[in-house]
Amino acid sequence: MVDITIGAAGTIPPAEVKDVELYHPKSWVTKYVFCQDAKVIAIQYSITALSIGLVALVLSWLIRLQLAFPSNFSAISPGDYLQFITIHGMIMVIYLLTALFLGGFGNYLIPLMVGARDMVFPYVNMVSYWVYLLAVLVLVASFFMPGGPTGSGWTLYPPQAILSGTPGRDWGIILMLVSLILFIIGFTMGGLNYVVTALQSRTRGMTLMRMPLTVWGIVTATVLALLAFPALFVGCVMLLFDRILGTSFFIPAVVELGQHLNYSGGSPLLFQHLFWFFGHPEVYIVALPAFGIVSDLIATHARKNIFGYRMMVWAIVAIGALSMVVWAHHMYVSGMNPYFGFFFATTTLIIAIPTAIKVYNWVLTLWRGDIHLTVPMLFALAFIVTFVNGGMTGLFLGNPVVDVPLSDTMFVVAHFHMVMGMAPIFVIFGAIYHWYPKVTGRMLNEMLGKFHFWVTFLGAYAIYFPMHYLGLMGVPRRYFEMGDMAFVPQSATTLNIFITMAALIVGFAQMVFLFNMIWSLSKGKPAGSNPWRATTLEWQTPETPPGHGNWGKELPVVYRWAYGYSVPGAKEDFVPQNQPAVARAA
Amino acid sequence: MSITILFLLAPIGAIIAWWLSRQRLTAKPWLEVGAIDDFPGTGASSLPAATIGLGVFLAVVSSLFALFISAYFMRMQVADWAQMPAPKVLWFNTGVLILSSVALQYAQVAARRGRMEDVGYGLTAGGLFTLTFLVGQLFAWQQLNAAGYFLAANPANAFFYLFTGLHGLHLLGGIVALALTVDKVWRGFEVNQVRLSVQLCAVYWHFLLALWLVLFTLLTPWVGDFADICRQLLT
Repeated sequence: MVDITIGAAGTIPPAEVKDVELYHPKSWVTKYVFCQDAKVIAIQYSITALSIGLVALVLSWLIRLQLAFPSNFSAISPGDYLQFITIHGMIMVIYLLTALFLGGFGNYLIPLMVGARDMVFPYVNMVSYWVYLLAVLVLVASFFMPGGPTGSGWTLYPPQAILSGTPGRDWGIILMLVSLILFIIGFTMGGLNYVVTALQSRTRGMTLMRMPLTVWGIVTATVLALLAFPALFVGCVMLLFDRILGTSFFIPAVVELGQHLNYSGGSPLLFQHLFWFFGHPEVYIVALPAFGIVSDLIATHARKNIFGYRMMVWAIVAIGALSMVVWAHHMYVSGMNPYFGFFFATTTLIIAIPTAIKVYNWVLTLWRGDIHLTVPMLFALAFIVTFVNGGMTGLFLGNPVVDVPLSDTMFVVAHFHMVMGMAPIFVIFGAIYHWYPKVTGRMLNEMLGKFHFWVTFLGAYAIYFPMHYLGLMGVPRRYFEMGDMAFVPQSATTLNIFITMAALIVGFAQMVFLFNMIWSLSKGKPAGSNPWRATTLEWQTPETPPGHGNWGKELPVVYRWAYGYSVPGAKEDFVPQNQPAVARAA
Repeated sequence: MSITILFLLAPIGAIIAWWLSRQRLTAKPWLEVGAIDDFPGTGASSLPAATIGLGVFLAVVSSLFALFISAYFMRMQVADWAQMPAPKVLWFNTGVLILSSVALQYAQVAARRGRMEDVGYGLTAGGLFTLTFLVGQLFAWQQLNAAGYFLAANPANAFFYLFTGLHGLHLLGGIVALALTVDKVWRGFEVNQVRLSVQLCAVYWHFLLALWLVLFTLLTPWVGDFADICRQLLT
């Protein structure tokens, strides 16, 4: 080990970085509502995202009830069903996962983990949240418009998205597009903050290679999002023009109910390209923060340094770069040139390499570690297993030969719910159990946490494993009911009822989680400043929860990397990043 | 989409790769203990946050317009495309926008040399030229409408209104920042307090000028043929 120290042990050369002038909240409103402190904004983002996520959860129950008991719910019409699946998907992918990982965890963790006092543009950061909230409200408003929300599927493919057969064609689609445009504007404001803070506001000693992987994951995902969301923006603006102003960007000549519409020549395929140019990076916008966070959870709760830190960093960057050139694997059935299909299948399979490196490194970190089966650790382990499962089916679907017959079946639904539904949600749960003590100063109840974990984990498999089987039989997705189909045996109905039961149980287990969060706020065990005995900077704040400005008078100085666990010869089994180096005698 | 990848992602990727290559990504952090001063050049960037922020924002804007242009080229290939003539006033507008960029460059140089009065003149002139440009753009829209080139009549028209409109909105956003800076100058701030703002305004204006030149080139029929050739070469 090379101990590089300058001067006498522990002396710190005078700070060259001037302290940033902090904004100081003066009233209750600027402290808790229109607040520019990243920590408050993070909590606002998280509560909003979780609340709208609950709406999506309820929608998923309605979807499942309809699928299990097709003729029993007269209140659910085919149009309603399409609206439920559309809004469920849209909320989960964008308004919950993206907002929670980047807006929630990004805002809370980036400044604390890199040793900054706040985001670099606090005002813009605040506006970012309020624009996001507005986007959510516009989305919710579409439920109350005549015709209800759009039912075009979360991909919003034209021409059907704006033709009169689709539910919510009048107002729903307009509000959906406006809401997405607002979301992107709001996100861009936040995203600028996350990237620039990590580049410019790192404290002294925090080199890039000393950043926790959480920061690497969130920042790389933000870069992806900043470059990819414009594609969705372009698609939304042009679709909005087609819908409201009658342009023909995407809509070809269409005869609707015997009448020629005023559209001609538009290219629906163009929208698919734009949508998936955003849509595929979106998968990694959700996955990369999860990768980063789970690395930190595993290292902390297995009391071991992360295996192959450099490889982990390189893999994050490589996955980010590759994710920009695989989008058309979502379009194998669009009639594209087979050579394109070959190209995109190749790039898709190449992504498996850095991803596999990450999985191996997580497992090798666990190997002979001092594993504490705390709730965050359980969720982290669940993530690894589930991500591998979902990733494996991804390898199948990445090949056009396999994808074409499986396209638009329940197999696809099972695949993406495993890989980008359950897997990142496990990380979110794990992360909440891990950082809740820092945010509130109190531990979440462990008994309730373990109950929540086991029901959710086993339930997820009860839901999605059988779905693969349904898909292989050819049961299509997005169908209101199957009726009597020769290729669907009676057992599929039984299976559907089983899946629905599991989904309802898992759903109700989330209520236990919510109860735990609210109950522990006042009744939880006091956490102290560093309950997990972790090394990263956010656990070394002078106050818990961290006060305004995070660090008291002096910014922390970083002397080592983020994974000093079980270091031989150290007094404790963890060495915080800001613990000064000791000059070696010799 | 190949255009986006070639002209946007490749340069941005190259910049990121170049920057990362200077950050000691091959370091073995588990072997290196010590304060930052032992590893010069790997700390936080010393550039002001606003400068980096503007740089990242311009990357986002580039991505936005590159994708619009990709869509433009893809939609162009359908048979119903009918390129419309670019109104003559666009040439005048282009000239005015160049002047606004020059004025802001003048302000920036003046700010560097500490001549506060000239900074004020430069910024004000830049703002006025920009407003003239925007009025000119509206005038162009009106001319086209009067000549029957409506938005929904042809995708070429729709793209014209879309491109000019979005570019105009970005300029309007810039004018807000510019107005805040002019306000500071008039209220007698020190030159040190406005130098960065003036510099960033100038960068933003140069960027939007370059962007306008690209868009104008694409929207002008004779260059449309040239673009057609480029597209054939690329695909």
